[in-house]
Amino acid sequence: MPTALTINGIAHLVDLPSDVPLLWVLRDEIGLTGTKFGCGVAACGACTVHIDGEAVRSCQVALADVWGAVTTIEGLGTPDNMAVIQQAWVDHQVAQCGYCQSGQIMNAAALLAQTPAPTDQDIDDAMQGNLCRCGTYPRIRAAIKDAAQRIQEA
Amino acid sequence: MASIGKIARRTFLIGTAAIAGGVAFGVYQVRKDAPNPLIAGEDEATLNPYILINQDGITIIAPRAEMGQGVHTTLAALVAEELDAAWDDITVLHGPPAQAYYNQALLGLALPFRHYADSDFQHNLRKNVGMVGKLLNLQVTGGSTSTKDAYDRMRHAGASAREALKLAAAAQLGVDASTLRTEDSAVIAPDGTTLAYTALAKAVRDITPPDVPLRPKSSWKYLGKSMPRTDMVAKVTGTAQFAADTKLEGLKFATVRMNPRRSGMISYDDSAARAMPGVEAIIDLGDGIGVVANNTWLAIQAANAVEIEWEPATYPADTAGMLAAIKASLNNAPDSTTRNDGNVTASIAGTEITAEYIVPFLAHATMEPMNATALFTGDALTVWSGNQAPIIVRDKCAAAVGLTPEQVTVHTTFLGGGFGRRGEYDFSGHAARIAAAMPGRPIRMTWSREEDMRHDFYRPAAVAQFRGVVADGTAQLLDGKIAAPSVTHISSMRLVGQIPPGPDRGHVEGAADQPYAIPNFRLTGHLTDLSVPLGFWRSVGNSFNGFFFDTFIDEMAHAAGADPLQFRLDLARREHAPSAGVISAVGDMSGWTGTTPDNIGRGVAFTYSFGTPVAEVVEVEDTGNGIRINTCWIACDVGTALDPSIIKAQMVSGAIYGLSAAMQGEITFADGAAEQGNFYDYDALRMHNVPEFAVQILETSPHMGGVGEPGTPPSMPALGNALFDLTGTRARELPLIKTFDLIL
Repeated sequence: MPTALTINGIAHLVDLPSDVPLLWVLRDEIGLTGTKFGCGVAACGACTVHIDGEAVRSCQVALADVWGAVTTIEGLGTPDNMAVIQQAWVDHQVAQCGYCQSGQIMNAAALLAQTPAPTDQDIDDAMQGNLCRCGTYPRIRAAIKDAAQRIQEA
Repeated sequence: MASIGKIARRTFLIGTAAIAGGVAFGVYQVRKDAPNPLIAGEDEATLNPYILINQDGITIIAPRAEMGQGVHTTLAALVAEELDAAWDDITVLHGPPAQAYYNQALLGLALPFRHYADSDFQHNLRKNVGMVGKLLNLQVTGGSTSTKDAYDRMRHAGASAREALKLAAAAQLGVDASTLRTEDSAVIAPDGTTLAYTALAKAVRDITPPDVPLRPKSSWKYLGKSMPRTDMVAKVTGTAQFAADTKLEGLKFATVRMNPRRSGMISYDDSAARAMPGVEAIIDLGDGIGVVANNTWLAIQAANAVEIEWEPATYPADTAGMLAAIKASLNNAPDSTTRNDGNVTASIAGTEITAEYIVPFLAHATMEPMNATALFTGDALTVWSGNQAPIIVRDKCAAAVGLTPEQVTVHTTFLGGGFGRRGEYDFSGHAARIAAAMPGRPIRMTWSREEDMRHDFYRPAAVAQFRGVVADGTAQLLDGKIAAPSVTHISSMRLVGQIPPGPDRGHVEGAADQPYAIPNFRLTGHLTDLSVPLGFWRSVGNSFNGFFFDTFIDEMAHAAGADPLQFRLDLARREHAPSAGVISAVGDMSGWTGTTPDNIGRGVAFTYSFGTPVAEVVEVEDTGNGIRINTCWIACDVGTALDPSIIKAQMVSGAIYGLSAAMQGEITFADGAAEQGNFYDYDALRMHNVPEFAVQILETSPHMGGVGEPGTPPSMPALGNALFDLTGTRARELPLIKTFDLIL
């Protein structure tokens, strides 16, 4: 029986086995490839999306277990209408290869929603599950702080 | 001192021997421009292999792979600077496999003399020898050569296109071209009439672009400035296209399981896997299996359910066996002696020290696991692949499916990390072979992380022995031996089917070629005959020799009772001013005093690699709850800094890559297979334990240096030297987590 999902505000019916992880539903079935596969075991954070605003590793959430509305990087903002945090990423020229950045941004967006003015310790705690092999961490930290300030001032 | 004749003769030998097995071409053939691979449509103009103009805009073709190092941005800036293209008007694409995109600078790295000491004559010689790269089809992104290689070529492309556009506008307006100027992607007449380049696309088609001089540095608008990266918006909105994101009508999803012992397959039983949901085909690839399904995850589940009997490894089954072989080769006659100054066998007065170092195998562990997409239609194959060597990918994929290279199209996508791993063709070949088994059906093949970790071409383990003599506060003698299986030989055989002639310089780079005036200085290379799969890992030989050599320099400084920074500065100052400059600069940046509080340690290190001297100071702190890295200061001299923001990002990136490996990176083998499989057992620095960085860029070197790799080598010894300063314990083995309580 198809499973009903709401992704970026759009309803979908998915006809896949119920144990297929959300990551692979998004990428292969829905065609939302902004969410990335890095490890398959929640060790890198590249697949981070939001379910009801909470950051989750989509490689660990089975299709049958998706408990709320899903937001992916494509739903956060678009090239013509970027979210504040994406604009901060651009202004700080964060991305290098870019492969982990969807997950980094989704994780950081959830952090800012919960903790509008994060300390360095807050950033360390929230972001250490997101691996970046290019080593963009210093600019990620700067972009998060900048985005926090912009959101607060808005 | 070598005479010009001697250098020319050696050069000639490299030039001709490097194409041995092929055809020896004359100078004319080498210099002749390669054909433009771009084909313009009716209303388009392609003035050279780098520029395509049509009504929609200006496209710049990058001959190198964008793997995070910012090369699309900087190469586009080279063209746009001369073309007077508005930055926002530019689209950048990867070039197709084509001879026109050969990497001239890469081959120049193989020349025998000391790179840092290049005179203008030698610099030009290096360039000319590099012309052979065109014949070798070296369309390779590697060796930190991209900007150096493109610096003149792509500026000329922009300049001649600009003049051609002016000629087209002049004909249209009936004025003399000399009265026209260009700005913001348009030709402007004295009366203010503005003709956009896009509107001139059709008219400029038939004009032969004139050759014109390049603009002086003083007039640059884009170069030398930090430009907004052309790939940034796509990469923060999830819209950048990696190979794993390729979407095609009717696409199916595949994975492979190949032998983790890197040899053949005896038999397999797929009866359970065939019955699993979503599975559409299980393909016998001879040396492994491919699974095609309606979802990647289902394909991976099924692949794991196939029972496979593998052939054993052709190399020693465990790490201990490999290390024994490597150590034993230290006793063999040297395969190379590329540094032999003074006389290291003479009796030199002073304090003698010796040390033996050992470093492990390392994986690349790019964030994007190896993957490729392919469509086979009987007489044609199309491959979408994030790769650093499109011509090799095209030719190997053609051979794998029984087609000619002309029947194969390769689309190079963004690379989710490269670091040398994506110079290989294995994963593209897998996709091609699976596609060939399903004609007409596009398949997107993705490796699991475990498949990626266990089928890497690793940075080799290596062992070094050093003997040194210090007196009067400085180094009098250094005699080093370096042993490892040869990355150069093993990779070259795999990729191009031949071993480059002459001494294996890559094996000793980062040690034999260091710009230190040590009166008696010998470095010998000892190659271990070991068939373990090896590849180019960010900074290649420098990644182990940088650690060996600089750590020993640090030991010599302490034995000499000298300040470690001053000790290096003295040795470099007498040999190479830019190198001394970065050592001095990093001292100033870090406020180096030679003393630190009890719970703080500092180490300095220096490596000259890929034309760029880099000095780094690392500060560590004993927090009482483990040792953390506080800060890393980096000074580099790149000669001409084309994009400071990108250069700084690369220096930091290189250092984090190196520090990650130095702290905890290690691939071990058991039963012929790599034991590590995922990020939980092969991890790297993360947000909570990454240090703060400060980077200073100097521009005193007479020639442009690379930036993608030179940040990596000195980071490892700098950390080890800092830990020695903190604890008094000298770690002669990596990773450092074996010796120190580091915060992971």
